[in-house]
Amino acid sequence: MSAIEKSPWLIHYDASSCNGCDIEVLACLTPVYDAERFGCIVTGDPKQADIFLITGSVNNLNIPIVKNIYEQMPEPKAVVAIGACAYSGGVFAECYNVKGGVAKVIPVDVYVPGCAAKPESILDGVVRAAQILVEKKKAMKKTKRAPAAAAGLEAKK
Amino acid sequence: MKGYELYTAIAYLIVGPFIGGLLDGIGRKITARLQGRIGPPITQPFYDLRKLFSRKLDPVNRLQLPLVTSHLLFAIMTGFLIFEGSDILLIIFVLTLAGIFLVLAAYSTGSPYGAIGADRELIMMTAYEPMVILTLVGLYKVAGSFHFGDIAAVGKPTVLYLPGIFLGLVYILLMKLRKSPFDLSTSHHAHQELVKGLTADLGGPALGLVELSHWYECVYLYGLVFLFFSWNPIAAVIGTVVTYLAIILIDNVTARVKWELALTSAWIVAIVAGVGNLIPFYLIARGLH
Repeated sequence: MSAIEKSPWLIHYDASSCNGCDIEVLACLTPVYDAERFGCIVTGDPKQADIFLITGSVNNLNIPIVKNIYEQMPEPKAVVAIGACAYSGGVFAECYNVKGGVAKVIPVDVYVPGCAAKPESILDGVVRAAQILVEKKKAMKKTKRAPAAAAGLEAKK
Repeated sequence: MKGYELYTAIAYLIVGPFIGGLLDGIGRKITARLQGRIGPPITQPFYDLRKLFSRKLDPVNRLQLPLVTSHLLFAIMTGFLIFEGSDILLIIFVLTLAGIFLVLAAYSTGSPYGAIGADRELIMMTAYEPMVILTLVGLYKVAGSFHFGDIAAVGKPTVLYLPGIFLGLVYILLMKLRKSPFDLSTSHHAHQELVKGLTADLGGPALGLVELSHWYECVYLYGLVFLFFSWNPIAAVIGTVVTYLAIILIDNVTARVKWELALTSAWIVAIVAGVGNLIPFYLIARGLH
């Protein structure tokens, strides 16, 4: 078992969410759901994070912030988009300033469904992202390159 | 005698991080149980460290890594000198230098959170330093020697001679170990006002080095606690374990204080408990002459 799977550190950013999913993310840390038993630590520092938990539909103002956080995270990294808004914009999809989904800005590895997403499914998403990190690490060792670049996702910028 | 102490010091170098990591892991587990959680496995700190070192080294500048490495080296050196039975005065200097390197590393990142964390760490250093010196003076007064080897072999229940100083030491241990209520500069708890404070922008292996030196620090700090009970091995183990558990309990039941309160309270404790404890020694010494 890879060390990265046993200690996935998280960074959480609210990209114009209604706060519903964010409250559920914080609920994951409470005694009832206890994300720390998987080795998760919520760090505020992208340089120390492995998994990016992002909620909300992303609007034009916070695109640079989302990209900045993503780019500061060291490889291998995984992005978990939480909730309906992070998937497609949700009920805000038609708004004039809304981008409509995290994947339009940065590559997403795991989608967590729900409006708001349940803490159980968020934890499931984090555990899946940790497995993806292991795969990415293996791929990095093979190609000696960062997986995002290898997958041709650079073109999305 | 000297050869025996050297072995202890070498054992500290090798076994130190394992004990420090386990202390950290057990602390996290107890904290979780106190909060009604399952908590991470007690080997979690080792997984974290292994992950941090498996990360690509990506320092924000050229200065960061040498400074963090120096912090580790001087933290190890402090413990090595203590376990080697070396001179108290030398240890005070090395201990301070180790702290300064970490502060410089935080300043070098240019992160505003790192800078505030570094400011606060400097304040904490001024807060705990008088008590560190008083502790060592107290140990000297009991053992009549400046050497840790003689202090460890004193054969007297040091804690009964120095109850005030022992309380003062526990008070500053909370600062040195960055436990609540004195986790101002950086905290292992999520969502604090300074993000990661002192360790902001220290990523991957650089953070791993900071963690590793913290483990070495834990071991020699609890080693100091051990010294207060060193006349009897069983009493020493019980005393150290009780202190360890008390510190975890305090970490869980207190809220973070402001720096003014941390500084003034630490100095008041140093003056009242520390100096108050030393006065009888001087009075007795006067009476004898």
